[in-house]
Amino acid sequence: MAEIAVSVKNLYKIFGTFHAVDDISFNVPSGCIFGFLGPNGAGKSTTIKMLCGLLKPSSGSGRVGKYDIMKDSEEIKKNIGYMSQKFSLYDDLSVIENLQFFGTMYNLRGAVLEERVETALKLAELSDSRHILTQILPGGIKQRLALGCAILHKPQFLFLDEPTSGVDPMSRRNFWSIIHDFARIGITVFVTTHYMEEAEYCDYLVLIYRGKIVVEGTPAELKSSKLQTNIYRLNCTAPSLLYEKLEASQKFSEVNLFGDAVHIVSPDDIAGVQKAISDIADYEKIEIVNLQKILPSLEDIFVLAIAEANKR
Amino acid sequence: MVSIYKVMQIFKKEIFQILRDPKLRVLLFMPPIIQLIIFGYAVNMDIENIKTAIVDLDNSVYSRDFITYLEFNKYFIIEKKYDKATDIVAAIDRGEIICGIVIEKDFMKNIETGQTALVQALHDGTDSNTATMVVSYINYIAFSYIKNIQTDRLRKLNAKLITTGAPPIKISSILVESRNWFNETLESKNFFVPGVMGTIMMLITLMLTSMAIVREKEIGTMEQLMVTPVTSIEIILGKTLPFLLVGFVQAGLILTVAVFWFKIEVKGSLCLLFLGALIFIVSCLGFGLFISTISRTQQQAMLSTTFFFLPAMTLSGFIFPIDNMPAVIQMFTYLIPLRYFLVIIRGIFLKGVGWEVLFPQYIALSVLSIFIFTFAVSRFHKTID
Repeated sequence: MAEIAVSVKNLYKIFGTFHAVDDISFNVPSGCIFGFLGPNGAGKSTTIKMLCGLLKPSSGSGRVGKYDIMKDSEEIKKNIGYMSQKFSLYDDLSVIENLQFFGTMYNLRGAVLEERVETALKLAELSDSRHILTQILPGGIKQRLALGCAILHKPQFLFLDEPTSGVDPMSRRNFWSIIHDFARIGITVFVTTHYMEEAEYCDYLVLIYRGKIVVEGTPAELKSSKLQTNIYRLNCTAPSLLYEKLEASQKFSEVNLFGDAVHIVSPDDIAGVQKAISDIADYEKIEIVNLQKILPSLEDIFVLAIAEANKR
Repeated sequence: MVSIYKVMQIFKKEIFQILRDPKLRVLLFMPPIIQLIIFGYAVNMDIENIKTAIVDLDNSVYSRDFITYLEFNKYFIIEKKYDKATDIVAAIDRGEIICGIVIEKDFMKNIETGQTALVQALHDGTDSNTATMVVSYINYIAFSYIKNIQTDRLRKLNAKLITTGAPPIKISSILVESRNWFNETLESKNFFVPGVMGTIMMLITLMLTSMAIVREKEIGTMEQLMVTPVTSIEIILGKTLPFLLVGFVQAGLILTVAVFWFKIEVKGSLCLLFLGALIFIVSCLGFGLFISTISRTQQQAMLSTTFFFLPAMTLSGFIFPIDNMPAVIQMFTYLIPLRYFLVIIRGIFLKGVGWEVLFPQYIALSVLSIFIFTFAVSRFHKTID
């Protein structure tokens, strides 16, 4: 196992009576893409802000590299790149003015600054349009410019808070391939997202809900072993009607409509499920075309984990 | 450690942004121009040409004489003549006249028989300031009219006494010849235009500083700045110094207009004037910084600015004399930096006084500015943690 780049132990952030982050612990190996997932308001941004020194934790401890998040936030700032969900460069400055400005804020000067700015321009593919105002750039390019800005000082750690929200799928794929390149050269990437397909790009995932970690593991681990229950896909002649009836019968842990198929979650084996469905389908005169056990998607797992957390 | 280089970079960026924003460019030049026009031309506290109506119930030689007396000075303009006093009240209600004068019956007879002649004056009291002035003008005119008659009588009496060989009665009088120092022509613009310099500098620096910081919070660039190794002191300096410059440009602009357009000459030292401006702007920057710590959006910052600016302007002595305020309110005025700066600026502009007279103002202003700025800085530190 690689050395630990970022670690957090019993971290809390309490605003008044609201526990935004409620006893969170995890370790991030260095050079890994660490995915931090969860619905809006789960505490993702709050956690990332505490790691970057933007917020003081209420209690708990944490390290970024060899620096303590409670004490050394100034040192941490020299070694991290941060990109928030909002595009946060100056709209009324040109591309190059933004890069030069943030470069100097990262203590870069002269030839080094020039060289890093060129690298960032290349990354954002803006070498030829460096003098245009950033406000007229399309969303995907803006995000890459912001990313270029965040790595001007060659940080060891990169914190990306929903970097791809509001970006088209093509640009998103592009963005993720850049992130993979960073990880390959040893940068630890801590990324939050709520796009489930992006979760697949991560080396390790943590799902956080209402300030608590609900489930964690590599994508493969999550899909195979972490599930106590089975998921079945059902194709039939009248999926929406059957979905309603199955849901109403309350015989299954979860029933969801996925396109023209129905996903059924149940701890029972396939024979049991088949029987329970047939009873209802026969009565409604619906023909079952196909029923099979499927491997859960990450989305299934997260939906289930959150449903379970809600029951508790 | 404060990196001057970083501060300069933020400074440069801020100036770029001000110059590129068309709304800000308008905000920089419109308020001073509008205020100068309003306070240089429109606001005229000098009372002349009082629209007056006359009811002459006596209709005698003396009463007509008295009316001519009224007409022959710059204060009153006789607009109407009515037959009864109730007409005056109606005309005041309609806003056609400000003042009505009723010369009662037996005006001439009473004067001739050595009794008190009655003149009734009715005024529009909605503007108490003007009404008070009008009363004193009428009193002054009545007094000088009767004095003339008395003097005339004494002269005639003396002529008779001389023929009988008796010693004549001496006629004495006091003449108060008043002269206004520092604003010789008593023009409102001389009083207001230097004051506009103070209020405009305050309004612009207050609003721009708070909005520039809050805007960065709104769009998220403040957060992006906070994750870089830049210190909050560097951010504060980089974000406030540009507006110090803006404040000076405003001061220069207004000074130029005051001297070359309104022909108000600066009698004292310009250096001392700009030193005062510098200390004063620091207090405004501090207030602006404070407002930025209590506002989340630019609208809030704008509202808070107005909330601070209006009472400060009212209590500063810009329009209303502080000496006329109740004692409790007067105490509050000591907390307003504009108060001291107005004394400094009017002193230098109109009286030409120097350090020996103004140093208490400078000291009070400095203490207040340092206090406000330090307080705002400490609050700024807390809110970004």
